[in-house]
Amino acid sequence: MNISVRYFASLRDRMGRADEALELDGDSATVSEIWAKVTDGQPIPDSTLISVNMEYTDADAVLKDGDELAFFPPVTGG
Amino acid sequence: MKVIVQQESFDPGQVIQEFQDALPRGKHGGVVSFVGTMRDFNDGEDVVSMTLEHYPGMTEKHIEQVCAEAAERWGIVDSLVVHRYGEMFPNDAIVLVAVWSAHRANAFDACRFIINYLKARAPFWKCETTTAGEKRWVEHNSKDPKAEVSDSEEVKRSA
Repeated sequence: MNISVRYFASLRDRMGRADEALELDGDSATVSEIWAKVTDGQPIPDSTLISVNMEYTDADAVLKDGDELAFFPPVTGG
Repeated sequence: MKVIVQQESFDPGQVIQEFQDALPRGKHGGVVSFVGTMRDFNDGEDVVSMTLEHYPGMTEKHIEQVCAEAAERWGIVDSLVVHRYGEMFPNDAIVLVAVWSAHRANAFDACRFIINYLKARAPFWKCETTTAGEKRWVEHNSKDPKAEVSDSEEVKRSA
């Protein structure tokens, strides 16, 4: 399956990229599994926020083909 | 309900007036607005400019959800949110929340609810430039000591 991953703000700086397209075996994967794949097994940093298709979710969420996953630090708007 | 996320600076008074001019006449008894402006200090350092990044699409979606929730809870006449992204400077308006209602209590409550939840949920990130030329991400919004009581009451009421 194919998913896109986006990183914002300080997390993008730390990752060294703003987005990437992933092609994965199988037809589902959890957020944790994808994070481990893009970071070579690192844990998700504390306080990282996660969204799938622009809705907040958590590390246990299951992704399917075509989903847009995003990781970012706490929001500071307003 | 109208939500605008834009790079350009804006004049909050003018935006409020233009929006109000297009509302049905005589249905609102007041407008409550909050304008967030840029400080020239944060965390003990002078700040010369700030760049706001956002997640296009998700930002608008979540502000719209908050406004819709406010409209449902308080039965307001209408609401307007304008939020900037990109580079800005001290005194610039960052965000405007304006709520029109038949009576003032609902307008005050809905306006506070929208700005509080916008700050908690809308995906924006501030990056400050200090006088020393250092760029730094703001990792959390600074606490407003007087807002904490009302905010926690707000969260309790919405729970």
